Order: sequence, then structure tokens, then C-alpha cells
Amino acid sequence: MAAPPLAPAEPGALYAPARRIYPQSVSGRFRRIKWAVLVVTLGIYYLLPFVRWDRGPGAPSQAVLIDFPGRRFYFFFIEIWPQEVYYITGLLILAAMTLFLMNAVAGRIWCGYLCPQTVWTDLFLQIERLIEGDRRERMRLDAEPWTLRKVVLKATKHFLWLMVAWWTGGAWVLYFADAPTLVKALASGEAPFIAYAWIGILTFTTYFLAGHMREQVCTYMCPWPRIQAALTDEYALNVTYRYDRGEPRGSIKKNALLRQQGLPAGDCVDCLQCVHVCPTGVDIRKGLQLDCIQCGLCIDACDAVMNKIGRPPGLIGYDTELNIQRRLQGQPPIFKPVRTRTVLYAAIIAVVGLGMLYSLAVRSTVGVSVIHDRNPVFVQLSDGGIRNAYTIRILNKALEARSFLLMIEGLLAPEIEVIGSAPNPDGQFVLEVGPDQTREVRALVTVHRPPPSPSTPVTFRVIEMRSGEHAKASDHFRAP
Amino acid sequence: MAGESNRDVDAITGRTTTGHEWDGIRELNTPLPRWWLWMFYATIIWSIGYWIVYPAWPLVTTNTKGLFGWNTRSAIVEDLDALRAQRAPYTSRIAAASPEEIISDPQLLSFARAMGRPAFVENCAPCHGAGGGGAKGYPNLNDDDWLWGGTLADLELTIRHGIRSGDEKGRQGAMPAFGRDGILQRAEIAAAADFVRSLAGLPVAPEANLALGKKVFADNCAACHGDDGKGKREIGAPNLTDAIWLYGSDRQTIIEGIWNGRGGVMPAWERRLDDTTIKALTVYVHTLGGGEK
Repeated sequence: MAAPPLAPAEPGALYAPARRIYPQSVSGRFRRIKWAVLVVTLGIYYLLPFVRWDRGPGAPSQAVLIDFPGRRFYFFFIEIWPQEVYYITGLLILAAMTLFLMNAVAGRIWCGYLCPQTVWTDLFLQIERLIEGDRRERMRLDAEPWTLRKVVLKATKHFLWLMVAWWTGGAWVLYFADAPTLVKALASGEAPFIAYAWIGILTFTTYFLAGHMREQVCTYMCPWPRIQAALTDEYALNVTYRYDRGEPRGSIKKNALLRQQGLPAGDCVDCLQCVHVCPTGVDIRKGLQLDCIQCGLCIDACDAVMNKIGRPPGLIGYDTELNIQRRLQGQPPIFKPVRTRTVLYAAIIAVVGLGMLYSLAVRSTVGVSVIHDRNPVFVQLSDGGIRNAYTIRILNKALEARSFLLMIEGLLAPEIEVIGSAPNPDGQFVLEVGPDQTREVRALVTVHRPPPSPSTPVTFRVIEMRSGEHAKASDHFRAP
Repeated sequence: MAGESNRDVDAITGRTTTGHEWDGIRELNTPLPRWWLWMFYATIIWSIGYWIVYPAWPLVTTNTKGLFGWNTRSAIVEDLDALRAQRAPYTSRIAAASPEEIISDPQLLSFARAMGRPAFVENCAPCHGAGGGGAKGYPNLNDDDWLWGGTLADLELTIRHGIRSGDEKGRQGAMPAFGRDGILQRAEIAAAADFVRSLAGLPVAPEANLALGKKVFADNCAACHGDDGKGKREIGAPNLTDAIWLYGSDRQTIIEGIWNGRGGVMPAWERRLDDTTIKALTVYVHTLGGGEK
């Protein structure tokens, strides 16, 4: 394993200061991919709260909204109630399996391109470059004594960082309330304290983690590199230095000379461009290592150098240690994206994803839950009849008020009474439940001829009056 | 273990070791980042701040109070005040509405029941049980049999003034101790008990003297329990013909009741609970299942 990105500590020291890393700018295919991912992901993050979605009057018109006071989660056409939190579990399983699948196919795709830590650090580094210049200028500036120019540059950078961080925190709270309303309230100082508190917290964490901690988060705080190393196998593509082609490394002239003499000469000219562009400061030529987030920027840097010196690109690329060994032995490289583990991960993703889609598609807008009175479990009436009491909650997940017929099945000649409600002329109870609301009622079920069993299974059924959509819940009728 | 030897260099990796050694295995030194150490110190400093700001250290008879005098008790008081303020809109509607109005409004009913339940559990449950299921001598409040009446007005009066509570507006009524005070003979009491059981349709022994029992009942019991044994609510005399027995329906229990008399006591709650709570309790008990119109 390579040494961690720390300054060389004095031998035996148990603590080491963090090494300043000055990643150099680079251009190329992977840099372009990273810019595209950055624009798309940050664009979604910052703008999504402002996307509107008409749900009709009285309902929130925000496409994505986590409504804690109302206990609802809105995602475009989906509305999740608290008891449906298993959809979140499903999403977490999908997320984990997608992460594992990406890892099995091409290593730390997540770390290199998609992780918020990577994306925001990339953004913060770009701001740093705009203000302070590229690697050399930044190194020179940091070495300089404090002059007015340095103070202005540093202050500008931190100010811009804080602005981005503040905007990040600001966007976060917009997911928890109606965004345009909250923006107005925030601007006029009328937003709730909790909104300001969260903006403050996220401003701090963004500024601190993306501006100051950077690669230290990946190296020391994040558990994924450790788990990732345990989940990989010999076929997973990783950003790899093809040492079979690169070694022995040497200067252009020396290696050209060696080549002329028919002696072994590598393509690596030891220009250190791969190290200079690395956001975590590792040397990819030392092989796979925990600190490498596999962002592919060293591939861009190396390809540019190979182009300049007239050698084929791809000295660093997505490859496997296995292929290097095979090439060294004169065998063709093998790429096996379809293997047991990738098929398994994909199958789990498909099963969980389809299962969630199915349950979303067929889920009912009616629900009922029943709690039997625990004390007393039954009541003896003066005429010898037996009565059980139930707390019944009817769920109306539609965005309009609806009426539900309450029925009980499983008893001979039961009498139902709903506290506080009058039966209709047919002696049935029809209960109105407000739009997107629940209603709890206390229902008494009386049987004048006690059932023979001390516990009779019963079913409560609620039927929506217009559509006939219904839901049921099972319980028991207790008797002596 | 540590000390001088922590400069040891591992021969294979060329890295220094921590000097810690277990069975010949030494731990390579992988230096922690310095900022980690700073954070550790920062947490220590933070904890010192805590000692100063919050109650922290036990002293001999007391403890350090902290700069702002914060304590969990006052925090709970504040929380409860905040809760009351939050509930105030509903509480004031309960206070303004009559029990009948509360029951006919689903929202108010729901709130009144939610308010009545903890009041019931705190004040009434020791005798009547957590769900009002009652116990021997303590009436079940879920059933349809009421000693003193089960309308909202009856219930409110009972809760406010109690039963044989000493409150002059409270429910009054006593069953004499016919045996202990020598009013009736042992055989007469036994016959009356058999007759009472027959009124309720309960089986009696073939040798029972129902004729004597009927006479004893007419002479001594009917004044309160009625000629037909159906009881009188004004004086809390229970209906003896139904299936519900406060103390039990077996012959021995009935004899015991006639011999010693009966007279359970319920305290008056008017001076212990505020009007809104009593109203919520009235609604709660009424909606347990036995409430009368």
C-alpha cells in the first residue's frame, strides 16, 4: 500500500501534518465527462426544488417535497405516506446494489464522478484555480509572504467558496418547504429559525469539507474505500498504470536510445503529470491504492503527454492487473463485464426495482387499520350480550374528500355503532374522510347471542362509496 | 514496550513501527493525520465548555449549576407550557362547547377523547382500570348498566361531586347492613339472596325458600330496588335483574352484601380537576361505549 497523502513525517511520529495538494488543471475525455456530470448533478440539486407539479387545489405544487409537518413525501406523481417508508428501504437497496454493480464493472465510478464530496471539491478547486491560478501559481502564492495581493486573492477565494457553500445549504432547505415561498421568507428574514440553522450547518460543512478537507474525507472519513477494496475482484476495471508498457521508465532520449539498441524501454517518461493532476495526490504508478478515487484525470494527463511525444495513448487507462499479467505472458487481454457477481447485482436491481414499480402501480388509495381495545377486551352487557370496542383508522390517500362504508364480516348479526356518527337510513355507517387525510373513529361491535368461541376472527372492510375501491383489516371478536 | 524502541524499523516494509509488540508481531506505524488529533483536543475543550455552561459536577450536597441555570426540570416545564400553548386553540373550543356539541363534531370529539384519556389514566384508572373495565366493587364504565345514570349530565355530576364523597351535591344512598345490624335473620337473608338470583334468571337450589325470599324482598328491599328489582338510579340502587353484578352474582356474595350492606365511594373531582378536563373526561367516559342519550 502506498503511503497516505501526508507530508513525510519524522520517523516514529504518530501524527503527521496533512500535505498540501495542488492539483493541476487538465483537459481531455474524462475531464469533459466530469464537467458534464458536475453540471448535471449540481443543476439537479440546485434547481429541482423550483420544479412545479400541479396536484390540484390544497395540495403542494412542488415536484419534490419532503413535508415533515404534514408527514408526506412528494416525488412528481408519487406521494409517500409515513407507513410506506419501505419505499425508502427499497431505494437504499437499489442504491447499494447500483454502487456494487458499478464497482464490479469499473471500480470507483461513484468516487471519481458522482460522489457529492468529489463534485463539490471539483467545483471548489475550479474556483481556486480561477482566483489563484493553476498549480505553479498557487504553490508560489502559498510560499510568498503575506502581501496585499495575496490577502485579496485568498479573501476572494474564501468569499466565493462561502457563497457556493451558502447556496448549497440554501438549496437543501428548499426541499423541505415550498421553495418560492421559503426563498421570499428567507430574503425577508421571516423564515423559521430551523431553516437558517440548517443553511448555516450546510454552509459550514460544504465550505469545510469541499474547501479544506477535500481528499482527507475520502482517505480518513469515508468507509467506502475500505468496503470497495473488499468487494472488488480481478475482472473489475480500475484506473490502472499499464506497467507492462511503461516500465522501465526513463527520459525520452534515454528510452529512445534503448529502443534503438533493441533493449527494453518503457513509454513512461517520468514526467509526473499523472501525479500533478491527481486531486488526492497519489502516484497511480504505484498501483491500486486506497487514496485513489479513480477519477480518470491521470488518464487525460498521460494521454496528452503520449500524444506530444508520439507514443500511443492509453499508458494509463481502465484496465485490470490480470490483463497486465496476461500481456506480459503474451496472451490477449480479457474483459468480462458479464460475470456471476454483475449478473447477480443486476438481477437484484431488476427484482427490487420491478417490485417497487409494481407495488407503486397497484397500491391502493384506501387503507384501514384496526386496534382492538386491550382493556377491557370485551364488555358484558346487561342483556347478556357481548360488545367489543375497536379504534379504526381510515386512510384516504386521494386528494379529494371521500366517503367510506364501514363493514364487519365474520359475525352472526353484529350491531355496529360508531361513536359520534349517526347511521344512514339503512343502519349503515358511512364516514367521510378529508382529502389526503386519515380519520380515526371508535367503533363498538355488539353481538346479542355470544359466539361460542372466546375469539372469533373478524374482518373490517371499508368501501369507497363511488369507486367501490376497498381495503380490509383483520382482527378478533373476543367473548368470555 | 514503547519508549526508545518506537524508532524500530520493520525490515520488510522499511517502515517504522509503533514499538508495540505482541508475541513477536510488531505494529507498523501509520501516522494519524494531525487534524484528527486537533479534533480530539477540540472535543476536550468543548466538554470543558459544557461543564461551565451546563450542570455537570456533583458536589457534596449539591452540584454545579451551570452559567444559565439550565436544568431538565425547567426544560420539561417549558416544554409542557409550549404544549399547552399549542393545544390552546382546541382546549378553548372544548371549554366553550357543551359535551353534546363536542360529541357531534368529529374533530372536537377526537381531541376531547385524546385529552380525556390521560386524565382518566391518571385519576380514574386506579379504581376503574386503565380502559375503564372496572373490578369487583368498581363499576365497568364500558357497559350499558349505570348505577347513577349514564347521560352526559349524569356523568358530569358524578365526576364533579362523587359518590358518598362527603360533597353535599354528591350522590347519596346506602344499603343497610341487614345482618350485622340485626334487621334480618340468617335464614331470611339466605332466602332473599335466592329470590334475588331467581329475579335475574340465575339458577337456585330446589330447596330454596323463594316464598320467604319474596316476602323479605318486598318488605325490606323493594323500597330501594323496586318491586320488580330493577333498581332506582336516584339513590344508586342497582338493577338486580340484569346480567351485570358489581360484586358478583354467586349466592355467597349476595348474602355477604345483604348481611354487611354495600356502599362504594368515589371522590369528588371538582376541586382537583379544572372544568375543561372534567368536560373531556365526561366525553371520554360517555364514548367508552355505555353512554346514554
